[in-house]
Amino acid sequence: MLNTIKKFTSVNSVSGSEEKLRALIEKEILPFVDSVQTDAMGNLIAYKKGENSEKKLMVAAHMDEIGFVVTYIEDNGIIRVSNIGGIRPIASAYHPVVFANGTIGILGIDANTKPEEIKINKLFVDIGAKSRREAEKKVKIGDICAVAPSFKKLAGGRYAAKAFDDRIGCAVAVDAARNAKKTAMDTYYVFTVQEEVGLRGSKPSAFSVMPDYAVAIDVTTADAPGEKGVSVTLGGGAAIKIKDSSVICSKVMVDRLTALAKENNIKHQYEILTAGGTDTASMQLAGAGSVAGCISIPTRYIHSPVEVLDMADVKACSQLLTALIENGIE
Amino acid sequence: MIERLKKYCGCISPSGCEDEIRELIIQDIQQIATRYEVDRMGNLIAFKKGRKTPDKKVVVSAHMDEVGLMVKYISDEGYIYFDPIGGIDPRVVGGRRVVIGDKRIYGVVASKAIHLQKKKERGMVVPLEEMYIDIGCDDKKSCEEVVSVGDVATFVPNFEEFGDGLIKSKAIDDRFGCALLVELMQEELEYDTYFAFVTCEEVGTDGAKQVAFNLRPDIAIAIEATTAGDVLGAPKSRYACELRKGAVISHIDGSTIYDKKLVEYALATAQENNIKCQLKNVIAGGNDASAYQRTAAGARVLAVSAPTRYIHSASNVVCKDDLFEIKKLVLALLQKGF
Repeated sequence: MLNTIKKFTSVNSVSGSEEKLRALIEKEILPFVDSVQTDAMGNLIAYKKGENSEKKLMVAAHMDEIGFVVTYIEDNGIIRVSNIGGIRPIASAYHPVVFANGTIGILGIDANTKPEEIKINKLFVDIGAKSRREAEKKVKIGDICAVAPSFKKLAGGRYAAKAFDDRIGCAVAVDAARNAKKTAMDTYYVFTVQEEVGLRGSKPSAFSVMPDYAVAIDVTTADAPGEKGVSVTLGGGAAIKIKDSSVICSKVMVDRLTALAKENNIKHQYEILTAGGTDTASMQLAGAGSVAGCISIPTRYIHSPVEVLDMADVKACSQLLTALIENGIE
Repeated sequence: MIERLKKYCGCISPSGCEDEIRELIIQDIQQIATRYEVDRMGNLIAFKKGRKTPDKKVVVSAHMDEVGLMVKYISDEGYIYFDPIGGIDPRVVGGRRVVIGDKRIYGVVASKAIHLQKKKERGMVVPLEEMYIDIGCDDKKSCEEVVSVGDVATFVPNFEEFGDGLIKSKAIDDRFGCALLVELMQEELEYDTYFAFVTCEEVGTDGAKQVAFNLRPDIAIAIEATTAGDVLGAPKSRYACELRKGAVISHIDGSTIYDKKLVEYALATAQENNIKCQLKNVIAGGNDASAYQRTAAGARVLAVSAPTRYIHSASNVVCKDDLFEIKKLVLALLQKGF
C-alpha cells in the first residue's frame, strides 16, 4: 500500500487536468477488476462483477487536487495566477510549484502585504524568467500548476505529503479492490474528477453507475493543534461520516459500517464535519437516489503542502472498505 | 447577422418569458431546420441534417432569455416595486427607461431624489428594493389597469451602431448567440448538428439542464456574451478579454473547467484559418456549458463568446468584427467535425 501511496502522490493532478494520475490508477487497479472505462468528463470507472448482481455499490475517491491557473504574465516575467479550488494562500506560499511541462516556479507573496490581506491576487509565481518573453517560452496563460509533489516519513507511523486529499482515498480504494477476497454486489470503483471545485465529476459518473449503495473515500479534518470541537482524532481509526456540509449520510450505511467495524475489530470513530463537502452528496442524489455514506481518513493541515496522516488509520479505512465490499449491506 | 441581432434584441424576453424571442426564431428557422420542437420548459431544439452523420452528437447552444425585472407590488401612489430576474447590478438600473409586459407600457426606474436623501444615504448605491418604476399613473387603480403583479420588464430596446464598428444594445447577452445559431443553420453543414435555443440561463442554466438530459449530447458548444474587462479602472491583469481581439475561448470560468482537448482544438482551428481569438483569463461567471457538462452522464464542453462590455446593463457593447470572427470559428469547427 505504501508504494501505491507514494506513486499516487508523485504526480500533479489539478481539477480538470487529472490525466497523469488517471493513467497511474488505471494501471494499478486493472488486475483486480473486470473492466475500466473513462467517461466524457474524465472520471475513471472500474467495474467488478459481484456474486449478486441485483444491487450496485459505487466506491468513489477523487483524483483531483487544488492548484493554480496562469491568468497574466507581467513585463518583468512574474506570473499571476488564480486559484482552482479552495486554496489557502498562506498555506501554499513560498513553496515550489511545478507545471505540466516540468517548469518549476516559486510561489511568492507581494512584498509588504499584511497577513490579513494575503489573498490569491497577492500571490505570484516566479519561474526565474527575467522578462515576459522569456517566461512565455515556458508558460502561457491558461497553464496549470500545483505545489510540487512531496512525501515525507515522520515519527510514529505518520506521513506528510501534499494532496493526500484525496490520493489516500484513491490508494485505499485500490487497496480494497486488491484485498477483497470476494465481491458481494456489482462494484464500481470510481475515481472522480473536479471534486475540489464543487463535486462536479461525481454527478455524471454517479448518473452512469446509478448505484443502490454508495461510499466515498476522502480525507477529513483531524484534531490539529488549535482546532477546537473537531470530532475526529489522528490515530483514532477509520472515521465513519455522519454528516458534512454537503450531506447527511444514510443511517443504513452508517449502521452497516459501524457493525462491520465492530465485527472485524477495526478501530473506528464518527465524523461530523462542519465545513467541507464530499462526493457522498452527489452519489446520494444521483438519479432516484442511493444509500450513501463515507469512510474518511483523519488528516491534519488539509489543503497545505504538508498534509499529515497516520498509516494505522489508513489501514483501518482500507480494512473497513474491504469488509463492505466482501459482505455487502445485508 | 447584424440585422437579425437587432431584431432579436428588440424582444422583451426575460427568463421564463421567452415566448416573443422564440416566435421570432421559429419564423427564421422553420424553412431551414430539418425538424424542430419546443419542450416543456420552452426550449427550442432544432436539428439540421448535414452531409454526414457523425459518431458524436453535437449541440450548439445559445440562451434566449435576458435579465429583467418582475413587478411585485404596486403602491397606493401607483409606483411599481420590482424584483430582479437574474443578476442585475443596482447601479445600472436607476434612471433607466424600462418597458413592461405584452402591453408595452413604458416607464422609468426612479428612487428617492438626492435632496431628500439622508446624509449617510448619499454616495451609496440605492438598493433595488428601494427603487420603483414610474409609469406616469396617479394612483394604484389606474396603474393596475395596465400592469399586474407578475408582469415582467426589461430595459427599453435601444439597438444602435456607434463608434468604429461597435454596437450597443440591451440583451446582446445572448441574442447574439441566438442570431449566430440561425446564421449557422443557413449554411450547408458537413455533419448533422443540433441547435438549442434555451430558456432561463440567467437564473441558473435551468433550460439547458433539461435539453442536456433529453438530448444527451457528446459535445456541447455554448455561444455566449462574456465580460470584457478592457474598461477604465480595470488593471490589465484583470481584463478577462478585450474588444476587437476576436472570439473568446474559455478554458475555465466560475462554473466550468472546459474540456482541454476541445479548447486546444478550437485554438488550433482558429490559427489554421487565421481567425482572431483570445483566451478568457479571469475565473468568473458561468454559462450553459456547466449544465451540459454535468447533466446525466455528462458531455465534453466548449464555450465561444463575444467579448462584451457592460454586460447585464441597458447597453451591452460589442464589436461587429468580433461577431464575424466567432461565426467563422464556430462554422470552421462544425465543418471539420469532432
